[in-house]
Amino acid sequence: MSDTWAGTLQVAALILLLAVSYRPLGDYMAHLLTAKKHLRAEKALYRTMGVDPEADQTWGVYLRSVFAISAVGVLLLYLILRVQHHLMMALGMPKMQADLAYNTAASFVTNTDWQNYYGENTLGYLAQMIGLTVQNFVSAAVGIAVAVTLIRGFTRNRTDRLGNFWVDLTRILVRLMLPFSVVFALVLIASGVPQSLGEHLTVVHTVNGDQNLYTAATGSQEAVKLLGTNGGGIFDANSAHPFENPNGFTNLIEIYLLLVIAFSLPRTFGKMVGSHKQGYTILAVMATIWLGSLAFSTYFELHRHGVDLATGHAALEGKEVRLGLPASTLFMTSTTLTSTGAVNSMHDSYSPFGGGAGMVNMMLGEIAPGGTGSGLYGMLVLAVITVFVAGLMVGRTPEYLGKKIRPAEMKYAALYILTTPAIVLTFAGIAMALPGETARMTNSGPHGFSEVLYAFTSMGNNNGSAFAGLGGNTTWWNTAGALAMLFGRFLPMIWVLALAGSLARQQPVPESEGTLKTASPLFAGMLLGTVLLVVGLTYFPALSLGPLAEGLHR
Amino acid sequence: MKLGAALRRHTAAIRAMAVFTVILGIAYPLLITGIAQLAFQGKADGSLIRDGSGRIVASSLLCQQYVDSNGDALPQYFQARPSNASDSSNAEDHGCNYTLSGGGNRGTGDPALKQTIRDRIAAYAKAYHVEAAQVPEDAVTASGSGEDPGISVRNAELQAPVVAAARGIDPALVREAVKDNTDGRSLGFLGEEYVNVVTLNLALDKTYPVSR
Repeated sequence: MSDTWAGTLQVAALILLLAVSYRPLGDYMAHLLTAKKHLRAEKALYRTMGVDPEADQTWGVYLRSVFAISAVGVLLLYLILRVQHHLMMALGMPKMQADLAYNTAASFVTNTDWQNYYGENTLGYLAQMIGLTVQNFVSAAVGIAVAVTLIRGFTRNRTDRLGNFWVDLTRILVRLMLPFSVVFALVLIASGVPQSLGEHLTVVHTVNGDQNLYTAATGSQEAVKLLGTNGGGIFDANSAHPFENPNGFTNLIEIYLLLVIAFSLPRTFGKMVGSHKQGYTILAVMATIWLGSLAFSTYFELHRHGVDLATGHAALEGKEVRLGLPASTLFMTSTTLTSTGAVNSMHDSYSPFGGGAGMVNMMLGEIAPGGTGSGLYGMLVLAVITVFVAGLMVGRTPEYLGKKIRPAEMKYAALYILTTPAIVLTFAGIAMALPGETARMTNSGPHGFSEVLYAFTSMGNNNGSAFAGLGGNTTWWNTAGALAMLFGRFLPMIWVLALAGSLARQQPVPESEGTLKTASPLFAGMLLGTVLLVVGLTYFPALSLGPLAEGLHR
Repeated sequence: MKLGAALRRHTAAIRAMAVFTVILGIAYPLLITGIAQLAFQGKADGSLIRDGSGRIVASSLLCQQYVDSNGDALPQYFQARPSNASDSSNAEDHGCNYTLSGGGNRGTGDPALKQTIRDRIAAYAKAYHVEAAQVPEDAVTASGSGEDPGISVRNAELQAPVVAAARGIDPALVREAVKDNTDGRSLGFLGEEYVNVVTLNLALDKTYPVSR
């Protein structure tokens, strides 16, 4: 089979898998988030937690519950990393240094999974399990819970009650994340991913010296790492490592896992607001951006753009032979358009425009399809902005799904889209002004600047992938990075939940002649335009100093 | 009242995190480990390869370097791709270090990377008697993981005559071994076809041993 055919079939197979999952998974998520009945296991969990599952929370209480579980998560993970040398299966690894443990705790709780350490020579098996695997589950569930609350803002009327965080969290974990992770962990292990807690297996090399082998509970973490758009690998090389991603089949499964929840949530949204067409409109915008970005990066990688031809081709630098160029680019596009940040190839060594596209993908706010939950709420906020802009053009009060977009709603939407760029550009600017910190770059010139810009774009948007030449394990990078991740995760959540609260209090307005049809190709086009314009204008100056300068120069 | 509510919320959060740590951090990985060890033990243990006496000599998923202590290629072995998974402070570590996975992370326009690739092209062309323009891309670029056990089929074909000569055997036999250790695309279309250097070299050592 020719390379072109294989590459095309690979994308087609992925789209087929996602398309087949869209309706059943989207409907299932809508069901589990709206069902009246609790499972017996869930009732037991509510009793253990000491919460009343029938209590309906205001947006403020919901938000404070999100903060409470996240604060406890950061503290617990920090503690585990600091005492891991006392835990079982520590493999003789010492405790993690304080600033690195803080960075790592913030990173996994915020669904970022930025890693300033080598997993395989820093963490024991039990710390990986009870620390990182747990946060992989919980942070993903928190994202979905917040997205569902925003949907409830549209579906509920004249109320200040938006649901119960503990119920949402528990159901997403028990009915969605855990069963899916069990199934796909076994699929991955059956395809070659290790899952063994045996300590210190020694490999006797036929030629060179002996080496110790690190296996860990890789399969069980790998499944949830991708399903929850986390991206925190057991190994430093992440999904490029043959243990995390042994072959072309596991590679496709991993890309499917990191996309499937986010791409199915528009169905959940459509079902809950009572119009599947609304869901398809959102899906269409997500799919268009994903496909467009994939085509763009694939073109520049396959044509080895910007690669010095006198030295021969270098497009395989940082990529795996068993996966190849098309599968690497497919993974790169998907991981940066979601909040995953897992990598199966080193983004730093992509062609200037190919890798630059990865940066732009994150700058779009990770909405195509985005992280579990965070992608949908990001896209819905942009839809709110789109109806507002459209309303201004025709001089009517903008409405979305029967709710008026008034100054209060616009205030929260505007804060949402301004927060992340402010974090990214401020921190990147500070870093560039500190000579000691920029010295951590591996590359020089525009590509060196790209490393710094990519780092804060990734952390501010809770992605977690890196132009990994940047040696980020210093006190300044650990601290600044942790702050960027925490602000980038929780400030937008405040605006989203406040927006949900404001929408739910409204009396719905009946649809009239003048109402903009938000389930239409026209609206999808306007939403797409808003996404690109909002981002283009915000980040263009910074991009022109990094990947644009680098790509146009050659 | 307000303080009481906040206290209750944080108590709930602590209890929730405790119970989910037990379920998701202990029960779930242990359940998967149990099933994996029963149903797929070979893969779950890391696709290990043992020699006749039961010693683990490789994982078929992780590359090994076939070089002498100076880092020069041993001609009787097929050479893996360049690897950045090495301890830079150890002069005898030439890559494929299992505890230091990762790539070089240099941009494709980086002067140091360009020079490295130029040097590798020259070395490969000399060692395998080919024109510089014919040197395969995978042979002169480092993998992302530093643990890639694969090389391209063309790379293996170009290395085969030299390996055969070093072992004093018919090149056709070596080509046969290359074929036996070639993995096609998964399901015929996923990923790329590649030759597994680790299993290939082990097979050669077993069938056509050389004295070192």
